[in-house]
Amino acid sequence: MTVEAVFRREYGRCVATLIRFLGDIDAAEEAVQDAFTVAIARWPADGQPPNPGAWIVTTARNRAIDRLRRESIRDERQAQAHHLYGSAAQAAPDHPSAPEEDIVPDDRLRLIFTCCHPALNQHAQVALTLRLLGGLETPEIARAFLVPEATMAQRIVRAKRKIKTTRLPYRVPAEAELPGRLAPVLTVVYLIFNEGYAATSDSFMRLDLCAEGIRLARVLAELMPDEPEVQGLLALLLLLHARRAARLSADGSLVRLAEQDRRLWDAGLTAEGQAIVRACVQRDRPGPYQVQAAINAVHSVATSFDDTDWHAILTLYDQLYALTPTPVVALNRAVALAEVRGPAAGLAAVDDLRSSGLDSYYLFHATRADLLRRLRRPADAAAAYAAARDLTANPVEQAFLDARRAALGRPDPAGE
Amino acid sequence: MTQYLLALYRDYDVPIPEERTRQVWAGVNELGDKLGDAGKFVFKGGLDGGPESATVVRQSGGDFLLTDGPYTETKEHLAGFWIINAADLDEALEWAKLATAAEQLAIEVRPLFTGALDDAIRDLSAEAG
Repeated sequence: MTVEAVFRREYGRCVATLIRFLGDIDAAEEAVQDAFTVAIARWPADGQPPNPGAWIVTTARNRAIDRLRRESIRDERQAQAHHLYGSAAQAAPDHPSAPEEDIVPDDRLRLIFTCCHPALNQHAQVALTLRLLGGLETPEIARAFLVPEATMAQRIVRAKRKIKTTRLPYRVPAEAELPGRLAPVLTVVYLIFNEGYAATSDSFMRLDLCAEGIRLARVLAELMPDEPEVQGLLALLLLLHARRAARLSADGSLVRLAEQDRRLWDAGLTAEGQAIVRACVQRDRPGPYQVQAAINAVHSVATSFDDTDWHAILTLYDQLYALTPTPVVALNRAVALAEVRGPAAGLAAVDDLRSSGLDSYYLFHATRADLLRRLRRPADAAAAYAAARDLTANPVEQAFLDARRAALGRPDPAGE
Repeated sequence: MTQYLLALYRDYDVPIPEERTRQVWAGVNELGDKLGDAGKFVFKGGLDGGPESATVVRQSGGDFLLTDGPYTETKEHLAGFWIINAADLDEALEWAKLATAAEQLAIEVRPLFTGALDDAIRDLSAEAG
């Protein structure tokens, strides 16, 4: 494994452990980066240690202690650093050579819950999670979210300072708080994946963000095996990601689910997602992510769009709507309804949603356009495609909508 | 243990019915007792009068400038505050939930400065840069 690969895999775990040890995020990041610098210098000649992550933690900790000694930190400042995060930080400096058991998985869990603390705004939560758990550099995160680098840097600095000045605790929430505290964690991971999947800019999918979202979901699923929604989130992301190769055609245009070549779906990811969904169904503690995963699992077993069990999907959307009654869920339900009871029923359900704030959502208009096309109302369909196009900034989506609109006069390729 | 400010904000254009005032008084007294029993109470104060009771003092050249009215022109103004002791932000937020329920007002939670002076100077200059 290259040092870079170790970095990607171990950075979050190492920083999480060093934060507990040092009681300070910046100092932890600095120490871990120091340790990787040493690794780049030594590993090629000395060979990689058998447990690279533990080597990094030990080296980082020793470096941090050296630094503290060198800077001959005043007693009171040391005392202050200790009180920040309580007894864990206090005990550590007396045991500088404590071995590898320092890597306890709880550290990453602590870090995730700290990054996604509800006292931090959602932008800050996403940025901190990518920075500290994903080990992404600030410019990378800025590029991924299309904000200027200085803005992203400030976002991260402010969030870290808020954690420090407000004494935001570095801990895993108690069982009783978990439902409320887990929700923003799952949202952040979903947002990271979704930013890659439905990218709002030049490249249609930014697979690196998708991969990072899945990596984080795997970490969560491993650390919280008894939380069904964590498993549901992982299954959902796996099943969506499995379709990535089929979503874009050779010329870079968007391929809808109906027309995707299902042989291109990743069988390994699909099987893994399906297995998790089955386990969730058996556990029978449903939640929104599990139901969304189940919907995608139903798609994943269908050999074609027409062959899909739309009754099952409609039932699942009813269940999802009961859990999260949002207009977007209602819109997706209307799509399933159109497959079960025909485009007129679907259109009626979509039109009922106009007053619910979806008027500015491009998929609302794109969905209407498609149903109008199927109802052979080309003029209305063209207007709806145009409305949808005006509401998306993604060039691949725009090209898709333009192509659908241009094809209105021609015979339908799907044969409807 | 850190001290936290729980600052209450209120829109003074919206009158508070008498019945609610009575409820708030009862709730606030109860919370004061609870904080006291837990050893977390430091100080509290309710401001007398609305934003019209405020005077802002500034130094201007060698002189002092007084202006009538609150420092910021906003809809909601500082109405009172609690100072409490808490181990960390999570504990302060738990007390703030009780306080917002008792006061029936939104509450801003802020830590009071306790660190080393040079750390604060470094942080403040970093913020400006």
